[in-house]
Amino acid sequence: MASKQRASSEALIRIRNLNKIYRMGGETLNALDNVSLTVNEGDFVAIVGPSGSGKSTLMNVIGCLDTPSSGEYWLDGEEISRLRENKLAEIRNRKIGFIFQGFNLLTKLTAIENVELPLVYRGVPAKQRRQQAIEALGKVGLADRVHHRPVELSGGQQQRVAIARALAGNPPILLADEPTGALDTKTGVEVMGFIRELNSLGHTIVLITHDPGISRQARRIVRIQDGRLNEEEAGPE
Amino acid sequence: MSVFQAFKMAIKSILSNKLRSLLTMLGIIIGVTAVISLVALGQGATKSVTEQVRSLGTNLLTVNILGRGSANTMDAGEAAALGEEVEGIQYVAPANTQNATVKFGSSSESVSIVGTNADYAHVREYEVASGRFVAQIDLDVYQKVAVLGYTTATDLFGFADPVGEYVLIQGTRYKVVGVLAEKGSSMTGSNDEVVIIPETSFERLFKTKGVRTIYVQVETTEQMDAVVAGLEKSLSNRFRGNTSSYRVFNQSDALSALTSVSDTLTLALAGIAGISLLVGGIGIMNIMLVSVTERTREIGIRKAIGAKKRDILIQFLIEAIVLSGLGGLLGIGIGVGAAQGASSAFNMDIAFSANVILIAFAFSVGIGVAFGMFPANKAAKLKPIDALRFE
Ligand SMILES: Nc1ncnc2c1ncn2[C@@H]1O[C@H](COP(=O)(O)OP(=O)(O)O)[C@@H](O)[C@H]1O
Ligand SMILES: [Mg+2]
Repeated sequence: MASKQRASSEALIRIRNLNKIYRMGGETLNALDNVSLTVNEGDFVAIVGPSGSGKSTLMNVIGCLDTPSSGEYWLDGEEISRLRENKLAEIRNRKIGFIFQGFNLLTKLTAIENVELPLVYRGVPAKQRRQQAIEALGKVGLADRVHHRPVELSGGQQQRVAIARALAGNPPILLADEPTGALDTKTGVEVMGFIRELNSLGHTIVLITHDPGISRQARRIVRIQDGRLNEEEAGPE
Repeated sequence: MSVFQAFKMAIKSILSNKLRSLLTMLGIIIGVTAVISLVALGQGATKSVTEQVRSLGTNLLTVNILGRGSANTMDAGEAAALGEEVEGIQYVAPANTQNATVKFGSSSESVSIVGTNADYAHVREYEVASGRFVAQIDLDVYQKVAVLGYTTATDLFGFADPVGEYVLIQGTRYKVVGVLAEKGSSMTGSNDEVVIIPETSFERLFKTKGVRTIYVQVETTEQMDAVVAGLEKSLSNRFRGNTSSYRVFNQSDALSALTSVSDTLTLALAGIAGISLLVGGIGIMNIMLVSVTERTREIGIRKAIGAKKRDILIQFLIEAIVLSGLGGLLGIGIGVGAAQGASSAFNMDIAFSANVILIAFAFSVGIGVAFGMFPANKAAKLKPIDALRFE
């Protein structure tokens, strides 16, 4: 299910001169230092950088989990850098599909209940919710595992449930933070295969990793170092 | 997110950790059990006291003649005439009581002999099971007739019909003309171990003069006060203003005094039980706070995928309410069982009222709201990044 096409002039993500400053005691730390970034519809961007470079901070801002200290952040045509907590929750719910390193599934819920959860908070009626969740699980090849709990699934399967959860609400952006970090090489490759496939289906993907091997699979690579972004020419499909 | 959805979530979470949920509810369960069973016992006591006083008769006044010097009784005819003098009197029964032995054949019983008139049956609410009661004509002609109480009749005659037989009261032959229906006992003792004879015969038999007790039944409850005043005025005239010679005793006053005592008792019991409910609420708050800390990551995940503050608040609040409400229901069940157990084991009266049960349930739900609010608010205020980072 591809997102609808939009005019190329209007980028999905437009970040201008963004700063995130942490104050600890008397010291200040520019975790994000005058960052500018544009992500278009259908893009597949990898953000790479060493540990402590500010990747997670950037991901939190892009994912509306945190607000910047200053600068502009336009997401899907809306300036959101000054929005309040409640509004941000709504934007996370509708516009962003998270794929976390540690899967972050709710252990007490079954696969389908996990996938349904964003739709529950969106207020989608039960029947339609169920249908969308089954569809999303089908996309990641887990149609026969809908009533399994996370503990009854392998790591790769759990990450696929998490991907299904990110897909269920059909958000314009998928945000993946080290999606293969907790997986062995083989399942990591498998999951990356999925993510590439989703991109080829038209999903916009922002991927965060420290692994150059993973980042090469993206269409565009952006380096981050000490909170500063550096775009570089990216590898092929 | 709908409230229905929140309920489903809460029940799921409660069922996923049954032992902890039970322990969380324990305080509420014990509190509600205490409220329900103690109040049932308290109200049971009130009810039985009320019933016992009522069994003396409704709208009943008792006049006790204390007298002055040797004139410590009142002429029975004069006493009966009070019914004409004072407005609002339905029945008036002067009565004398004396313990004596009653014999029939070889069996003999010690009972109280009551000398009175026909109104006595109405005033004391006696029913005649067979034969008849004492009549005015019996008094007029000093008839030696007797009406036996239920127990006295069976003690003396077994299954045989006593009516028409003769009994010996203090050695004097009395003809049994009636037997009373069973009445049970009241505060004043058994009502069925009596022999009732005409007042005039009583005076002869026991060589007494006049009566010391007059039972007065008032027509309506509204007239009680007026009749008391009227009686006091009449008696005051008779005893020349010596108010210590008589006492008019209003049984509804005694009843309200007694019920107010047992109502106070019930209230005190409810108060103690209410405190244990409060402690139960603090227990819920405690465990909910632990649960919020334990589930910080869950909260973070929920918030990351779009749960608003309100959603998390409602989730935890409903969890607390479902826990306390469920505890309340269990407590009501156990409380009813415990009260019934205590009532059959210790032979105590109990009374359940729908009101108390509803209030106990509402109170436990209220406790869930009050004590769930703090942990739920704590959960709702967590920032998603902090909550996600939490291990
Ligand atoms: N909540 C915070 N308070 C203070 N400093 C922080 C906080 N979060 C991150 N930092 C600092 O910001 C910098 C970037 O961190 P982060 O974005 O987590 O890096 P990465 O994910 O690339 O490893 C680090 O120096 C880190 O110590
Ligand atoms: Mg990081």
